[in-house]
Amino acid sequence: MGNRVIYLDHAATTYVKPEVFETMKPYFCEQFGNASSIYTLGRESKKAVEEAREKVARALGAQAREIYFTGSGSEADNWAIKGIASANKKKGNHIITSAIEHPAIMNSCKYLESEGFEVTYLPVDSDGVVSLEDLKKAVKDTTILISIMFANNEIGTIQHIKEIGAFAREKGIYFHTDAVQAIGNVAIDVEKMNIDLLSLSSHKFYGPKGVGALYVRKGVKISSFIHGGAQERGKRASTENLPGIIGLGKAIELAVENMDSYNTKLLDLREKTIEGLMAKVPYIRLNGHRTNRLPGNVNISFQYIEGESLLLMLDMIGVCGSSGSACSSGSLDPSHVLMAIGLPHEIAHGSLRLTFGEENTQEDVDFLLEEIPKIVSKLRDMSPLYEAIKNKK
Amino acid sequence: MYSEKVMDHFSNPRNVGEIEDANGVGQVGNAKCGDIMKMYLKIEDNIIVDAKFKTFGCGAAVATSSMATELVKGKTVEEAMKITNKAVAEALDGLPPAKMHCSNLAEEAIAAALEDYRRKNGQAPDESVDCNGCCNSCYHSHGREEDFDDED
Repeated sequence: MGNRVIYLDHAATTYVKPEVFETMKPYFCEQFGNASSIYTLGRESKKAVEEAREKVARALGAQAREIYFTGSGSEADNWAIKGIASANKKKGNHIITSAIEHPAIMNSCKYLESEGFEVTYLPVDSDGVVSLEDLKKAVKDTTILISIMFANNEIGTIQHIKEIGAFAREKGIYFHTDAVQAIGNVAIDVEKMNIDLLSLSSHKFYGPKGVGALYVRKGVKISSFIHGGAQERGKRASTENLPGIIGLGKAIELAVENMDSYNTKLLDLREKTIEGLMAKVPYIRLNGHRTNRLPGNVNISFQYIEGESLLLMLDMIGVCGSSGSACSSGSLDPSHVLMAIGLPHEIAHGSLRLTFGEENTQEDVDFLLEEIPKIVSKLRDMSPLYEAIKNKK
Repeated sequence: MYSEKVMDHFSNPRNVGEIEDANGVGQVGNAKCGDIMKMYLKIEDNIIVDAKFKTFGCGAAVATSSMATELVKGKTVEEAMKITNKAVAEALDGLPPAKMHCSNLAEEAIAAALEDYRRKNGQAPDESVDCNGCCNSCYHSHGREEDFDDED
């Protein structure tokens, strides 16, 4: 224990891998040229940006010209939704998405509703899975875009992306997926999966913050997002974030290279944690699909206790986690994802998300399995809800 | 975001538990909103001689419960009724703005327990004022001073 920190919030962000940082370093003070400049210093920057673009394209099975760098995953999501809506509004004004999307998608759709677009928010089942049947029924003549996230950030559930993509392609409707949580965890091939647009964010796979990318399949009609210079094929003006883009390129290259061993390791930690907690702690439930979930994602609701208290107690023993409780979000309602899978408020308030990553070990899991049951007991002993249950028995 | 005092009362809450022969018990809040506070008071000769609590809620809810029990102990019923949410928050060196409703819950829990005591002693109407809504949702003052003004 002592000062040891066990970081279990990799879905929130990851550290930058030293080898990624190393590749970024020269682009701050020495190789700082503007990629649009004609002289050698600028041309070298341009070359480095294009190399990074190649790496992102390779990771997705795309062509380099289909990759557009952005300032974040949220920006890529905003661009995909608003850019498709604005460029295709003559064709129709209907968008289909799901009830468990990231706020970047959710609130972009809400914005479009205020601008006269119509949005269908598909429900999910108790595992958090979107049904293909529901999707088929929701399609209209006016549908111009389907946006379904690849894997959920809170409960880790992975969607049937390939099938959704095939259906969208057949109908001639653009298909976007927010793959921010999936990159480096799930093998992605935009061609085989019939994906037209895909968002990603560097800091979820050991790259730097402040840089992301949007894949836009060649031929897809999308409006420019930032108007200005000719950067990113004139679609997204701004002087390139050189070190960020270089870092993203290196990070995604490593993520794809190491995916198999990374997944095997995370899966083992995840399963031991889920199995261990299920066996040791009564009155709990796993949120999200039991098997078809991100390899490092554990999301468990502990009945009769509240998530923020749990997080604070975990923090005292050096464990960093997250919760979908209202108190940890600053609003009065618990997470919309936990609501969408049908959890009652009081159970959603007691949720804990732990997301494993590169530096976690078996010892971390042993520590969790030792400490979490103690913390849960302590909080339950304090809870009038638990008292009521005990008295009933 | 929390003061040291809040963290102290959260990690080492004072007076957790139940009082078997409590003569004033009040519960406020709602599981749906994520916090419930149950307060037990033992009152002898109009003086609160013991106070305990059980709370389901966030760090601030636990800390305010703990502080509220500390504040009421040794006070007369009338003095305890005057304890405001502000006093509870101040005793904890303040709460983040988003958590101020937790201090309301503490004030309401004290009031509900005192109301229960007064009811049992025929000093208050025979209707429950335990609050089952989200904190502050009922606009009920739960037996605070102003409620009793016209009683005497």
